[in-house]
Amino acid sequence: MTLVERLLLWFDDRLGTAHFVRHALRKAFPDHWSFMLGEINLYAFIVLVATGTFLALFFAPDRAYESTIALSFKVNGGLLIRQVHHWTALIFVAGIAVHMGRVFFTGAFRKPREINWVLGVLLFWIAMLAGFTGYSLPDDLLSGTGMRIFVSVALAIPVIGTWLTFFLLGGNYPSEQLLPRLFVAHIYLLPAAIAALIGLHLAIVWRQKHAQFPGPGRTERNVVGSPLFPNYAAKSLALMLAVTSVVFALGALVQINPIWLYGPYEAWNVVSPAQPDWYIGWLEGALRMGPPFAIHPFGHTIPSPFWPAVALPALLFILLLVWPWIDAALRRDRGAHQLLDNPREVPWRTGLGVAVFLFALGLTLAGSDDVQARYVHLPVTSITFFYRIFCVVAPIAGFALAFALARELRAKGGVQQAPRIRLRRNARGGFDEEPLP
Amino acid sequence: MKRELWIAAALLAAVAGSGGFIAAYATGGDRLAEGISLAVAAAGLCAAGLGWAFWILPVQQVIDEIETYPSDAADRRAEGSAAAAGTREITRPRALLALLCTAIGAFAVALVVPIRSLGPRPDGELFKTRWRRGSRVVREDGSPVHVADLDVDSAVTIFPEGALGDAQSQAMLIRLPAALGGSVQGYIAYSKVCTHAGCPVALYRAQAKQLLCPCHQSVFNVVADGAVVSGPADHALPRLPLEVAADGILQATGDFPEPVGPGFWERGATR
Repeated sequence: MTLVERLLLWFDDRLGTAHFVRHALRKAFPDHWSFMLGEINLYAFIVLVATGTFLALFFAPDRAYESTIALSFKVNGGLLIRQVHHWTALIFVAGIAVHMGRVFFTGAFRKPREINWVLGVLLFWIAMLAGFTGYSLPDDLLSGTGMRIFVSVALAIPVIGTWLTFFLLGGNYPSEQLLPRLFVAHIYLLPAAIAALIGLHLAIVWRQKHAQFPGPGRTERNVVGSPLFPNYAAKSLALMLAVTSVVFALGALVQINPIWLYGPYEAWNVVSPAQPDWYIGWLEGALRMGPPFAIHPFGHTIPSPFWPAVALPALLFILLLVWPWIDAALRRDRGAHQLLDNPREVPWRTGLGVAVFLFALGLTLAGSDDVQARYVHLPVTSITFFYRIFCVVAPIAGFALAFALARELRAKGGVQQAPRIRLRRNARGGFDEEPLP
Repeated sequence: MKRELWIAAALLAAVAGSGGFIAAYATGGDRLAEGISLAVAAAGLCAAGLGWAFWILPVQQVIDEIETYPSDAADRRAEGSAAAAGTREITRPRALLALLCTAIGAFAVALVVPIRSLGPRPDGELFKTRWRRGSRVVREDGSPVHVADLDVDSAVTIFPEGALGDAQSQAMLIRLPAALGGSVQGYIAYSKVCTHAGCPVALYRAQAKQLLCPCHQSVFNVVADGAVVSGPADHALPRLPLEVAADGILQATGDFPEPVGPGFWERGATR
């Protein structure tokens, strides 16, 4: 008996694990590449926790800027780890967005997977918040400006905005409590929430088993794939190492957030151009394009940042959260689905996904309108105007195009491939065609 | 055999990468050397893992039946009736039940109340700054501004003396050509906190007589009482009332006439 077998029996004597482990080792994991997108985020999170722990050992919120500079330049490997941490955060949020796209376009959020969609949406927003609190920690001029904008947006919330802001900051901006509280949020509250949600997300995947694309032998009541051990484990660990390799290469080669070029935050200074990390770009763009429109209900004020930076994100958040139920209502379908949709099979859903993507793209690009204005030698107001039009026209056009394309493809039963043949030279010097399976 | 050689090469690269990292760390920690060697180590292990997954392990397929949910009808019924029975038993003493809910509610409120300590009441601070009647105008370095100091069409960041660096009180002092007026002797000052999202309105366009916020490109007209020219800001920049003291130093005649910075619920309808 090998050591591993003896170890497993040791546990089974005490916990009765044999039944579970026996099935767990042979659990079926579908082989489609798109099922590994979510794992990128899991591994990115592990890298974030590891590198973040290292950084937290040297960072001091009461000397945020100086301690960040010191850990970058005086600690062996400090700058590398800081850059790896920042790059991994960008990849983490990007991975979640792409994974959400996969789940959306293939209808994987349908019953019975609504709970995991909701958990995923929460993870997406918490990841953005974790990223924002993280890049705000060094208290440099760029991130400090972003924090000032964030506070102004919080102030724009009707009725409770000022209370909320004073409670978050421990007073008016800029407050002494701001950085210590950001630190607690970034290294404890938000990662704990992410870890808990990931755990729940994965436990539910485990319990429900994976969805799968239709294919021979695949039904609404089974999952076909490679066994977790050894095949899928080998692939998944390779993916983890691929993520690790990419972020270390990026951290070594590509400079990110060089705060020593921005300088420490001072409330009366500002850098220009100033762009946030990519996943906050859509909010920045929305703020730039937002209408100069305040209303005064009952002698109170709802200022202009409310529309683009409070109302719009809240609306998007709620729509995303309840999407599985909207989708089910639109399809008049309350049934459970194990087999995924090919995006072409539900043209209006695919069109809607494309429209939302183009809308978010327009907002994000508008977040760097000042940089683009320099390149194209136009006034920044023209660029802003262009993106206002873009954010209306592009989603509509994108919806129409994707809808038409999906319908066409659905009618044809997918992209038609030329039949595979083998050409064989015959005795007369010509060619005979033989069909291949 | 050739495949095994590839995997062996990948693993050797991984070993070399790890060794390279240790060497780079020991010799002072060059960022490039450390990062690249770790990336090579991970990439080598990754490649080896892929080699194992696609070349060494046999291709195998397993089929899992989904049988864990939904539960069978008997369980679903029994679950419901067990819950209902338990609830009935708990809620039988009707009179006590209301009291129980009250006690739980009171406990919850008691646990939540301490969030009050998180911050002060958002009272006056949003409505006032440190400018007072007679506050001398000083620059970032603390030096007072004499009426002869600024060139025409130049601008400088100012604070009230004694509140250097105060975020709420920061202002832009501009000297306009005499023909354009200003508050006193061509000088005019506006709050430097953008009325849109609070960034410093740091850019003075002397020719256009405009102040521009670099964050979201709100533009304010300096010779039209700080009115919004373009951009997302919804109200004008508050103007600081100025005078010249007997010794020629600029000073404020009072605080800004309205709250500075971005709007908020309690701000009320102004301009």
